[in-house]
Amino acid sequence: MEASSIAITILWSILFVYAMLGSLDFGAGFWGMVYGKNSQTNASIIANRFLSPAWEVTNVFMVILVVSVITFFPFATTLLASILLVPVALGLFLLTVRTTFMVFEHHADRFRNVLLVTSGVTGLLLPALLVSILPITLGGFVDFENEYPRLEYNELLAHPTLYMHVAFGLTTELFISAIFLMDYAKEADNWAAYHTFRKHAIWLGPVSVIIAVLTIGTFPTEAQWIVENIEANWIWFGLSIIAFLIGYGALFIKRENEQRGISRLAVVAIIVQYGLAIYAYGSAHLPYLVFPDLTVEESFTNANFSLILVVYAIGFGILIPGFILFWKLFLKDRRYLKQD
Amino acid sequence: MDVVVMARALFGSSLGFHIIYATIGVGLPVMIIIAEILYLIKKDSDYALMARRWTKGFAIILAVSIASGTIVGVMISLLFPSFMEIVGQVIALPFQMEIFAFLIEAVFMSIYLYAADRLPPKLRLVSIFAVALGAIASAILITDVHAWMNTPSGFRITPDGSITDVDTWAAFFNPSFITSALHVVFSAFMTVAFIIGSIAALRLLKKNISKEERNYHKKALTIALYFGLITSLATAINGHETAQKLHEYNPRKLAAAEGLFETTRYAPLSIGGYASLEDQRVKYAIEIPYALSFLAADRFDTEVKGLNEWPEELWPPLYVHILFNIMVGVGSVLIVIAMFALFWKLVLKKEYPPWLLALLVTGGPLGMIGIEAGWCFSCIGRQPWTITDVLRTGEAATHSNSVGFLFVLFITLYVTLIFATAFILKFYFKRNPVSLDLAKGES
Repeated sequence: MEASSIAITILWSILFVYAMLGSLDFGAGFWGMVYGKNSQTNASIIANRFLSPAWEVTNVFMVILVVSVITFFPFATTLLASILLVPVALGLFLLTVRTTFMVFEHHADRFRNVLLVTSGVTGLLLPALLVSILPITLGGFVDFENEYPRLEYNELLAHPTLYMHVAFGLTTELFISAIFLMDYAKEADNWAAYHTFRKHAIWLGPVSVIIAVLTIGTFPTEAQWIVENIEANWIWFGLSIIAFLIGYGALFIKRENEQRGISRLAVVAIIVQYGLAIYAYGSAHLPYLVFPDLTVEESFTNANFSLILVVYAIGFGILIPGFILFWKLFLKDRRYLKQD
Repeated sequence: MDVVVMARALFGSSLGFHIIYATIGVGLPVMIIIAEILYLIKKDSDYALMARRWTKGFAIILAVSIASGTIVGVMISLLFPSFMEIVGQVIALPFQMEIFAFLIEAVFMSIYLYAADRLPPKLRLVSIFAVALGAIASAILITDVHAWMNTPSGFRITPDGSITDVDTWAAFFNPSFITSALHVVFSAFMTVAFIIGSIAALRLLKKNISKEERNYHKKALTIALYFGLITSLATAINGHETAQKLHEYNPRKLAAAEGLFETTRYAPLSIGGYASLEDQRVKYAIEIPYALSFLAADRFDTEVKGLNEWPEELWPPLYVHILFNIMVGVGSVLIVIAMFALFWKLVLKKEYPPWLLALLVTGGPLGMIGIEAGWCFSCIGRQPWTITDVLRTGEAATHSNSVGFLFVLFITLYVTLIFATAFILKFYFKRNPVSLDLAKGES
């Protein structure tokens, strides 16, 4: 495997982790808002209990993503920074509002309602902004003016593929977070919340898959290259659909205690589903980072690549014990899960 | 306005905002560790309470620090893409290491904050140690990139602008790395110590507080004064080394800092005043003969280069002399304040009178002004370069025309957040006053 291929695979893996964590984090914010004022179910409490300690980890993965782009692909920064300045800066703005409000609320519960709305609304706006980066890389939305790249906002905002991408991003986010929170509610023995999230997962699952398929149909004409690659990769997308069917089916299996749904199996299958889909999409995106101006090969760093890899290996080596402790304390410890 | 100026204004204000929170984020965990250790030694529950209350404040500050740090990290890539293109090739290592330091800090902070009551005491101390280590390591690593911008090394640039012969470790250990990193860390410790001192002094100025509460604040003030004195002295000694590094590697910056126009032996040190281009000297300053030469390289006959050695277009703005003076002035005043207050306590063995407490209240804000002035000096003093003698700021900046709109958006955000943080801190500590916590401890 070539060095640049290893680099793009690592970058893509970080993107995958961030997509999963981000879906959970932002989705939990949205569900927290939806069920915040309804005292009939405590789905909101479950969502927010997960959110409180988890946002910092999610946030760090976004930074890792940006730093990885710069270290692995320094020659991509000029083009990417020019065309992504506004969407990414708006994302930073929303992320800051969200983060600070969330922590402020934790220390001043009088402002709970403001928080619920902020983290709910940003929980939709942020992923919508982030997913809008995907169509920009497909081709047709970047123009050069005196050699400086510019994003053609009018063309982008008028193109149906942007809105299909956003719809795809949002349904996926809500599906993933509903499945995960369902499992989280089960850990906490909170069956009312469990059924609330299960109900949403049941309609969101098929909707998100259908929208994903339809989105490909709206790709701009310049993006014929990736449509061909996707068709060539059909076997991986097919496996992804099979994983989806397994996870979706798990929602209907009866448990020993007469409750429906094996939530843990559903979580694992859905992670596999998106893992397969994201890597298959990533490999269909090759060799371009941004079509047709930027390829993986020509943006790749000329620095000491093995040193970068060693740093990543050591970094994650130190972190894994931290994650295990984190997992035990917040995702497994019943004293945390079941507190009132 | 010109895009380059807007990009600098946006990034500068983002960094200026972040540094307030980042400084506290570096210093406060160390204060918490000191309180936890004092609690273990003295078995005095006041110290445990201190650690707990500081942690609450820290959690609020850290949230803004993480968010603004994310802004700064991403924004620099968006606004100065050509700079990041070189950074990515030469000095990416500290950035990579920093994210892991940052992640360690974030993970253990979540653990310390949300799970402290479920952790055994030892693991709690380990967690806060990890938070402090993560924070300090982050500061050191980010300062490394900043130091490299001042004293770039570890690569060669060909006439067509491409980078060759990259030596990652030479870039990492660039000449000003160690001194700059220590300067940032020491000054953060110092500033946080004086902030804690300010808060304690402010509380002690109140007339109607109980004896227990008075004792609690006195203990906090004592920690702050000792730690403040040690760290302000460390900052000054290391600041001297930093200035000598300037003499050695960035003589143009030193000349601007000191307002020296002509290359001189036995150069005097000008304190205060402003550097006047017409008069070719610092006006209205107090001059100490030979002092600059001596400070630069420990000898009175040291030749210190003046600005006229370089064409004027390569000079930084002359007002950096004022920024430099504010930074050094604050550092010196804080040493005097801490020494004086400790003299009052240890030698005169008297209670602090209200005027002395009032003086101590100014310590925290002064420290923060010093930090801001120092960062402004270091960054503006490097102009017109982003990477000294390699990449001009005008070449590094973005050409996007959306920067003006983003500037307004983010300034609004920062102003709002400064007020919101102050409000939330006030709200929280008003609802959870020390008196209440002390009463809880006794029952």
